Amino acid sequence: MSEQTIEIPRRESSILRAIKSVALLRESAVGMVGLAIVLFWVLVALFADLLAPFPPNATIMPLVMPGTEAPDGGMFLLGTDHIGRDILSRIMHGARQVLIYGPLATVCAYSVGIPMGLAAGYVGGLTDEVLSFIANVILSFPVLVLYVIIIATIGASAVNIVIAVTFASAPGIMRIVRGLVLDLRSREYVFAAQTRGEPPWRIMAVEILPNARGPLIVDACLRLGYVIITIGVLGFLGLGLPPPDPDWGGMINETRQMAMAFPHMALFPCLAISSLVLGFNLLADGLREVSLRD
Amino acid sequence: MSTNGKDYDGPILECKDLSISYFTRAGEIPAVVDFNLTLRQGDSVGLVGESGCGKSTVAMAIMQYMGNNGGIVGGSIVYKGRDLATLSEEELRQLRGNEIAMVYQEPMAALNPSMTLGRQLMEVPLCHEDINEEEAYSRAIKILADVHLPDPERVMSSYPHQISGGQQQRVVIAMALLSNPSLLLLDEPTTALDVTVEAGIIELIAEIAKKFHTSMIYISHNLGLILATCDRVNVMYSGQVVEEGTVDEVFDHMRHPYTKGLFSAIPLPGADKTARPLVPIRGQLPLPHERPPGCYFGPRCDHFAEGSCNSGLIQMTSVSGEAGHGVRCCRWDDIDWDAYRPEGVGGATITQGERVLSINKMRKYYEIHDNSIAALIKGNRVRYVKANESISFEAMESQTVAIVGESGCGKSTFAKVLMGLETATDGEVVFKGEDVSNYPVQKRTPKQVGSVQMVFQNPFDTLNPSHSVGAQLARVIRKFGVESDKHKIEHRVMELLDLVKLPRDFARRRPRQLSGGQKQRVGIARAFAGNPSMVVADEPVSALDVSVQAAVTGLLMDIQREFRTTLLFISHDLSLVRYLADRVVVMYLGHIVEQGTTDEVFSPPYHPYTEALLSAVPIADTSIEKKRIILEGNLPSVINPPKGCPFNTRCQRKLGSICETEDPPFVEDASGHVISCHIPMEELRKVEPVIKMHKEEDQPAAE
Amino acid sequence: MVLTMLVVSLLLFLLLEISPGNVATKVLGPYSSEEQRNLWLEAHGYFDPIYERYFRWLGNFVIGDFGDSIRFKVPVGEVLWPRLANTGILALATLGVVVPVSLILGVLAGMREGSTLDRTISVSSIVTTSVPEFASAVLLSAVFVFLLDILPGTSGMSEGFDLKQLILPVMVLAVYDFGYVTRMTRASMAEVMLTHYIRTAVLKGLPYKTVIARHALRNALITPFTVIMLQINWLLSGVIVVEYYFAYKGFGALLLEASLNSDIFVIEACAMVAVFVAVATQTIADVGYTYLNPRIRFS
Repeated sequence: MSEQTIEIPRRESSILRAIKSVALLRESAVGMVGLAIVLFWVLVALFADLLAPFPPNATIMPLVMPGTEAPDGGMFLLGTDHIGRDILSRIMHGARQVLIYGPLATVCAYSVGIPMGLAAGYVGGLTDEVLSFIANVILSFPVLVLYVIIIATIGASAVNIVIAVTFASAPGIMRIVRGLVLDLRSREYVFAAQTRGEPPWRIMAVEILPNARGPLIVDACLRLGYVIITIGVLGFLGLGLPPPDPDWGGMINETRQMAMAFPHMALFPCLAISSLVLGFNLLADGLREVSLRD
Repeated sequence: MSTNGKDYDGPILECKDLSISYFTRAGEIPAVVDFNLTLRQGDSVGLVGESGCGKSTVAMAIMQYMGNNGGIVGGSIVYKGRDLATLSEEELRQLRGNEIAMVYQEPMAALNPSMTLGRQLMEVPLCHEDINEEEAYSRAIKILADVHLPDPERVMSSYPHQISGGQQQRVVIAMALLSNPSLLLLDEPTTALDVTVEAGIIELIAEIAKKFHTSMIYISHNLGLILATCDRVNVMYSGQVVEEGTVDEVFDHMRHPYTKGLFSAIPLPGADKTARPLVPIRGQLPLPHERPPGCYFGPRCDHFAEGSCNSGLIQMTSVSGEAGHGVRCCRWDDIDWDAYRPEGVGGATITQGERVLSINKMRKYYEIHDNSIAALIKGNRVRYVKANESISFEAMESQTVAIVGESGCGKSTFAKVLMGLETATDGEVVFKGEDVSNYPVQKRTPKQVGSVQMVFQNPFDTLNPSHSVGAQLARVIRKFGVESDKHKIEHRVMELLDLVKLPRDFARRRPRQLSGGQKQRVGIARAFAGNPSMVVADEPVSALDVSVQAAVTGLLMDIQREFRTTLLFISHDLSLVRYLADRVVVMYLGHIVEQGTTDEVFSPPYHPYTEALLSAVPIADTSIEKKRIILEGNLPSVINPPKGCPFNTRCQRKLGSICETEDPPFVEDASGHVISCHIPMEELRKVEPVIKMHKEEDQPAAE
Repeated sequence: MVLTMLVVSLLLFLLLEISPGNVATKVLGPYSSEEQRNLWLEAHGYFDPIYERYFRWLGNFVIGDFGDSIRFKVPVGEVLWPRLANTGILALATLGVVVPVSLILGVLAGMREGSTLDRTISVSSIVTTSVPEFASAVLLSAVFVFLLDILPGTSGMSEGFDLKQLILPVMVLAVYDFGYVTRMTRASMAEVMLTHYIRTAVLKGLPYKTVIARHALRNALITPFTVIMLQINWLLSGVIVVEYYFAYKGFGALLLEASLNSDIFVIEACAMVAVFVAVATQTIADVGYTYLNPRIRFS
């Protein structure tokens, strides 16, 4: 048998597989709407410099209603705020802030939560008890109370927001991963890996984790939506990114006192953040729907 | 209310040209095609076939319960003269549970976990008849006694999880019988149960049929169970009935090549791995939307004829001289049935080599920490689960040793110790001259690890769905240090695929693109990647369809023969064990109760448990007569095992108090045949054989 | 539960009081002299070892002595309790709306999975959970206050309790929270409807209503019960935003003000109260879950 030449079949590229799985999402109308909204904001964020009609922090003409023409040409499509900055331009640049720090914070939270969950679920015993207790303590704080205390103590900055989100979200992610691992660790292929003497880290990373990716991707989408809300809330409470750079939550907070006379100032940022979160939530729902069908 | 038609004397049920389809994103999937069945009062008909043949779909259609995406696309189901399709939802409701009742595959899932069993039973008569709570209660109590449940009052106030699986199934049967239905549908009612428990349920079903004169449709994949419960049988294949007739006609004079194939593929007594090997049906079951034109079995049939078999729908034709024996084959009359015996390739007899494995008084206890306050006060916080107690046996090179037992007998724990996932509490596990009982797998050398490998039970679970078949095999090769060069590894992967007779391009496939049998083949390839001296196969074919089982079993034995591997075959299927094992070890509650060569274990003297186990195994052969032994009681828990002999709580030959107080001795009948029982060997030798064949020299199940 | 509270208290104590110098600066203000601060620290026992300080602090806490608020210059309790009562009213009113609405909608949607009703309820619950509280506060105010002018825009309640002022805050909290509970109820109900015991119940010939009421609901409501209890944790978060927006004099607004003004004793008290509420509901959820689930109750 070993004498004959053996043809080795070509492997399917992983890029092709990724495209195929996106194509699956086409089956879910809800998911496609979500994807479209998210892509829209991603494009806006990427090309904010080209798309925005005015510099985001330039004070041009205060308290202008939507649709007014600017003195030097162009138009304030969504009006200006109380100190004369173009709201449309600020929303576009704000998208960039949100779409940088939101995913960054989520990725950080996952990179802490996943190893914790793997260890708690796979190793079990004392490791599990200790990690689960830590998670319980952190999760017993109402989320926003935790954020407010952390940010109030360590100060408001982009990095601190990422740290706070990581600290507050990692335990939740750990619990989810732990639950998935407890289910997957009794599979026969894990048993097979154990019987051939694979080290625990390899079993966790290669045998278990890839099979947990479906629920985790769905969770990540939902969580991303929630992190965006959190960044917005912190901005709204005055604990967000320091001014003057545009931040959706901050824009609402600064202008809501004038909402009686100029409702557009707070309204448009509200619509922006709600639509982006909605995009992620719909995308998550579509992904879940598609993954359940398979 | 229950009078509407209970005195009806026409056929109870008639299915005429019934076709059922499911509608999915991929389009219409025909699940059942052209199904005909007439059931008179007191008839019991079996529907037998492999997974996906549409047998359960028929039952659900009779119940008119097919979910949102299923529907009857042709023909009719007529119950006592009424076409079920024309009934309103309210009329159907009055039939269900009252006239037509059903027993399900998994009793635990079929019962509501948060309602007492009493409530669940009583609501049946309460909703169908005009009676009060007390009457309903006494009816329920009575019916529980009818299904032989001890202490009905206690059962009534219990929740489903508080009773055993066998008892749960008895409750489900009681529930179905409560309103004395005219038609009882049984959908694989014993598949989820252990074999000795199954025997009790089967006896109960046979008893009910007699006592209540109920018509029954019994759905099963197991031909032996059909023989034990039914008068008539319909054999289904890929959505069609391919053969129908009385059990005797179909079992003894089958006239469809598929039926013939099925019987050649199952290990009946008389099959032998060298002289009369099992014959798998080649090819695979076609997917519903990929069925061939003409005969669906055509591509897998030995008698396929171009032109006649693949043109147009094949009609059911009557076998001449046997009214009621129908067959869906256009060539049945052309085939010389006396001469047609599918031939398998037997292997040469193998000589056993030197000793590979020797287990000596191995024990494995697990500690359980009870943190409840009650345990704290009593001081028994740590309890032991005695998973394996004093296990001793040996295995030789190229020998097949079967370990037999029901759930909880400790065979999985034993496998774990052997593989090094657990270390033994006591005793020795000597593998190729080295005691490995205290070496966890991490401390063993790659060569040691590679030389004991395992084939697993569940094909859907055995391969990692995230990695390609090739990658998974390559990992094993690298891990065991067989090869390290990238090209050599790929070369070796291809060799392994050749070995298990799979196409080479399977290397880049994902597990979900493979069928169950193909996955098991990859599992076998993986086990043999490190050139093992010993392979532990844990129920390797129990989750596969009958026709595939034979192929996978055959492959495993061929490879074993080629490499002179020692095979430890863990199984609950005694028929299969008898077919392929050289030695048999029978386990019960962590103890070995009997061991010896296959012939020794399968004939007297028996351990009483072996005897009961043998009697419980359903055999699809009309010429076999079995002794009837039904074990009483439940399997005890390993946390709280009985004192003395572990089998004393259920033993049909219990002597008396000695069985409850003293551990039974190991008594040697012949060299190597050991029975652990208080009953003197002379007594045991006098026991009649469990299985008797009427026609010894005939090939069973033919002619 | 007790252990969790102890660890939380220790964490808070360490976070806020690890450096006595900071405490003194916050209490006495940035313009106090070194000497004044030392005197204050001396008087309040801040030179004792840290564990002694912790246990003294904890002891005082247990008997309800939280220290004095820096900003209000009164004992923390005097500020805290009325605020907590106000928030209690807000939270109860919200739950009173959320629980029945979301259970009913969730059960209706889950009962017939995939129906038009199900899709409508599911998508609208996704939409409402996507709108953060501050955004829905802006949107709802725009409609009910500026456009229709039928509700007050602030809920300061300066002239005593006013039901009208409660409507908008409750609406904002309810709109955000109901979606999640609805979706969990729907998922649980849909899962139960697919189980074999529901099939058994239908095939027993029970009327559809009985199947739902007796067999499905009991099992389907176990999960939502836990979810609702845990929802209180989220509600406490939402309360901060809503109270801030509507100037409602509640506990959330107090915590926020305290954090922005470094009123540490108020922060400590508020955080401990919030965690206590969360842990207590969690415990109730656990006990209730065991009670509702016979499989655990009788094992």
